[in-house]
Amino acid sequence: MAAAAQEAIHEHDHHEESFVSKYIFSYDHKMIGKQFLLAAIFMGVVGMMLSVFFRIQLAWPGESSDLLNMFLGDRWAPEGILNQDMYLGLVTIHGTIMVFFVLTGGLSGTFSNVLIPLQIGARDMASGFINMMSFWLFCISSIIMLASLFVESGPAMSGWTVYPPLSALPQAVSGSGLGMTLWLISLTIFIASSLIGSLNYIATIVNLRTKGLKMTRMPLTIWAFLITAIVGVLSFPVLLSAALLLFMDRVMGTSFFLSDIIVGGEMLDNVGGSPILYQHLFWFLGHPEVYIVLLPALGISSEVISTNSRKPIFGYRAMIGSLLAIGFLSFIVWAHHMFVSGMDPFLGSVFVFTTLLIAIPSAVKVFNYLTTLWKGSIVFTPAMLFAIGLVSTFISGGVTGIILADSALDIQVHDTYFVVAHFHVVMGLSAIFGMFAGVYHWFPKMYGKMMNNRLGYAHFWTTIVSGYGVFLPMHFVGLGGTPRRYYDNSIFDTFNPSAGEMVLDLNIIITVFAIIGAFGQVFFFFNFFYSIFRGPKAPLNPWRSNTLEWTTPTILPGHGNWPGALPEVHRWPYDYSKPGAEEDFIPQTVPLQPGEEEH
Amino acid sequence: MGSKLIIILVIIFGVLAIAQLVRVNELTAKATKRKEEEIPESENKFNANMMLAFMISLYAGFIWLMLKYGHVGLGPAASVHGQEIDWLFNLNWIIVIAVFFLTNSLLFIFAWKYSRKPGVKAYYYAHDNKLEMVWTVIPAAVLSVIIILGLRTWNETTARAGAEYEDIEIFAYQFAWTARYSGMNNELGKFDYKLTTAENPYAIMTKANIDRSLSLMKVGEPGQSGIKMIEDKLNDRSIMLSSKERKALEVDLGRKERMSRMLSAMSITYADSLDEFANDDVILEDSLVLLKGQKYNLSFRSKDVIHSAYFPQFRMQMNTVPGMLTYFKFQPIYTTDEMKRMMDNSEFEYALLCNKICGGSHYRMKMSVKVLGPKEYLEWQKTKSTYDGTPWIEGDESKLLEHYESIANRIEEN
Repeated sequence: MAAAAQEAIHEHDHHEESFVSKYIFSYDHKMIGKQFLLAAIFMGVVGMMLSVFFRIQLAWPGESSDLLNMFLGDRWAPEGILNQDMYLGLVTIHGTIMVFFVLTGGLSGTFSNVLIPLQIGARDMASGFINMMSFWLFCISSIIMLASLFVESGPAMSGWTVYPPLSALPQAVSGSGLGMTLWLISLTIFIASSLIGSLNYIATIVNLRTKGLKMTRMPLTIWAFLITAIVGVLSFPVLLSAALLLFMDRVMGTSFFLSDIIVGGEMLDNVGGSPILYQHLFWFLGHPEVYIVLLPALGISSEVISTNSRKPIFGYRAMIGSLLAIGFLSFIVWAHHMFVSGMDPFLGSVFVFTTLLIAIPSAVKVFNYLTTLWKGSIVFTPAMLFAIGLVSTFISGGVTGIILADSALDIQVHDTYFVVAHFHVVMGLSAIFGMFAGVYHWFPKMYGKMMNNRLGYAHFWTTIVSGYGVFLPMHFVGLGGTPRRYYDNSIFDTFNPSAGEMVLDLNIIITVFAIIGAFGQVFFFFNFFYSIFRGPKAPLNPWRSNTLEWTTPTILPGHGNWPGALPEVHRWPYDYSKPGAEEDFIPQTVPLQPGEEEH
Repeated sequence: MGSKLIIILVIIFGVLAIAQLVRVNELTAKATKRKEEEIPESENKFNANMMLAFMISLYAGFIWLMLKYGHVGLGPAASVHGQEIDWLFNLNWIIVIAVFFLTNSLLFIFAWKYSRKPGVKAYYYAHDNKLEMVWTVIPAAVLSVIIILGLRTWNETTARAGAEYEDIEIFAYQFAWTARYSGMNNELGKFDYKLTTAENPYAIMTKANIDRSLSLMKVGEPGQSGIKMIEDKLNDRSIMLSSKERKALEVDLGRKERMSRMLSAMSITYADSLDEFANDDVILEDSLVLLKGQKYNLSFRSKDVIHSAYFPQFRMQMNTVPGMLTYFKFQPIYTTDEMKRMMDNSEFEYALLCNKICGGSHYRMKMSVKVLGPKEYLEWQKTKSTYDGTPWIEGDESKLLEHYESIANRIEEN
């Protein structure tokens, strides 16, 4: 019904669009998805460059580098040596950009937008206007975040988690002045963007599915986007409240998070607040955020692995169940980030239990991926390579989570490089691999062109080699007891020089791989932009896939998605190599044969 | 300047090189009518083999790291609970590594083995409830073992300290640590952050300190005006004050009046007999010195922002939170000299590091920690004096030494 009504509306929609309404303030979900992607690529380049800067400092501490001086200037890298406050600024903004702007905005924003209407057979999102607002709020918040890098007193410097009191007191670190204010404003706008975007995704998936597309016939991508959006809607408002309370503590003299503080010789009036309260509020979003980042990547890889193994995804219902279980559990594990915060140890033990439970649905997902590959007929498209890479990093990063979730073991590795390595593998690499898999796989649909495969291979192999090259050794830096967010590790020389030597050796290896990895992305950027303009024209269904987006020739920006009537769905999207069928794929629009079982 | 030019040139030439490669690739594709959506057999084979090659190099790298760096760094656990944790860590580490190798091997070997082959169709296999049950139940069973063992260690480690524990307070501030020993009565003196002054940086609460702070508020001292002086200034008609200056003075006055009311209340409710708890405390600013085998209950507090007291060798960590006390109890089992021998590292020392981002010099916030045997510890104690200036150790030393030796010996016996 809803779909029919929508169709009627779109009958009147075929007027010429101006450049502005077509490319800038577009209501079209495909264009908005592409806008998200481009913005995320830009933010990703910035985030990656920041990480290269501080990696240079860690590998060659105190050595002059022209590169640092060139980018950071005499203010923050006098004579090419990184300023120790700015080191913290770089770390903070790197984390913020990567987590929120690249992996949340970029991943979910791009693919939820591009794929939801196309894969459920809708003309567009439930509200095109809200969708446009979501992107432009995202854009404004990105600009504010980038602007904070150019503030005289520096950007926020209290880590991406911005724990008060450090983030509340400009006397404690210079970045907690204007830089931190901009951080909070940027994040507040970002949250608004994410919220309205997510509400739109939910409304669209629930209401605008085409005829025959039951929930149990939805592609796993759509399931993943739906659960991601629900998790986002339930958790981001809590971060908003944390940000607002912190803002009030900073500018209005309230004491939500501050108590009994003497800083820079000044006794503050704040009494009765609790810094721990902030941590609870922050991680109530912060942990679901991990899954907001990861679930879309898992959805994309399910789709890509099934298509390119030419096999149905193994255990479709179990995959949905595990997505739901992960989504639910993600809300009751947040305090595992706080085992040594001074929180009641009994509370800690409850969170050990819930956290380790997440390993069960995660294990189910991994084994289902493995079984999908088993006896497949695997085609190694660049997207498939990245999807397999994702499964590997999801495993390698996931297993170390078992150690970190165990509060007794967390004591010694908490806040060390072991944690940094763990979450970069399990959510950084996995999510970015999912994003690349998505770009390579749906590029033909987004731009109507094909990307170059060989550059794709080169991109994948340099990325996974350098990804592991960076983060595998980093686990050992952490196991050696190296705290994170140290400007340099010279402190080791004062009590354990041999450990210090090891840390420095490993840091050089890590930095070299990081630089190789950064250059490796040139393969991607080049391929991406070159193919948009010069790539060969894409056929209708290049990967011989079943889902609805490949049934429409609409590839240029324009409303409506399908030229005629909306497609009707008759089966689930994973009928690959089904016995009795001629081809090794049966699109969802093909009716069931008499006597054919659905699956 | 030279290297900047080189960097720019490298980037430009890199992009040009790729552009040429793509061009060549495109021309050959056109000549052979190759399409991007159809992956040729040779390329598919190449990637399949790369999967295997990558798996082998990943494992080789991991094993190399394990052998070369697996045992450097922390050294043996130097506390009783630390040994528990290490045992548990090793157990978990074995499980983790087994899963890492098993699942990654399946992944890469499947990817290699089941790459597309001409004429071979994929096997349609949508689900199998039995199989899925297996890999739900087995992880669940393994995890319950991990959870039970983990919580047992966690509960022991974080249980409340008994009376036999010696109290030491660790005070954190940007960017250093101070230790306060509870002295012979094993009772730490009270503190209140409002008592912080230049003479009383650790805000220790004694009758004298309260009175001094109160007089500082009321009367003031050179360089810091008290309530009286501010009032006089505000009421003095011969001084011209801008409205801004007047406002600032009024705000300052308001704060000082409020503070002085709170200090007066503190002064009235304070029992003078509490002084004795503070008077025998011993404050150490340079290092933390511990007795081998003694059980310690550390309490942590912070002056400014959150820090984290991280003792890597004792497998101990606790955040220090302004406005809140946190605790960690432990029992050191090796002296510094013993650790030097065990680690075969003459420069080794224990350390207390800050492990929560706390500002620009976070990376330098360290206190050195020493664990001494009974004799050395007593000798060291004799050189220290308490808060009120008397020697730490008074009376019969031989009895104390005997006590210390019995503590240390208990460790040797275990």
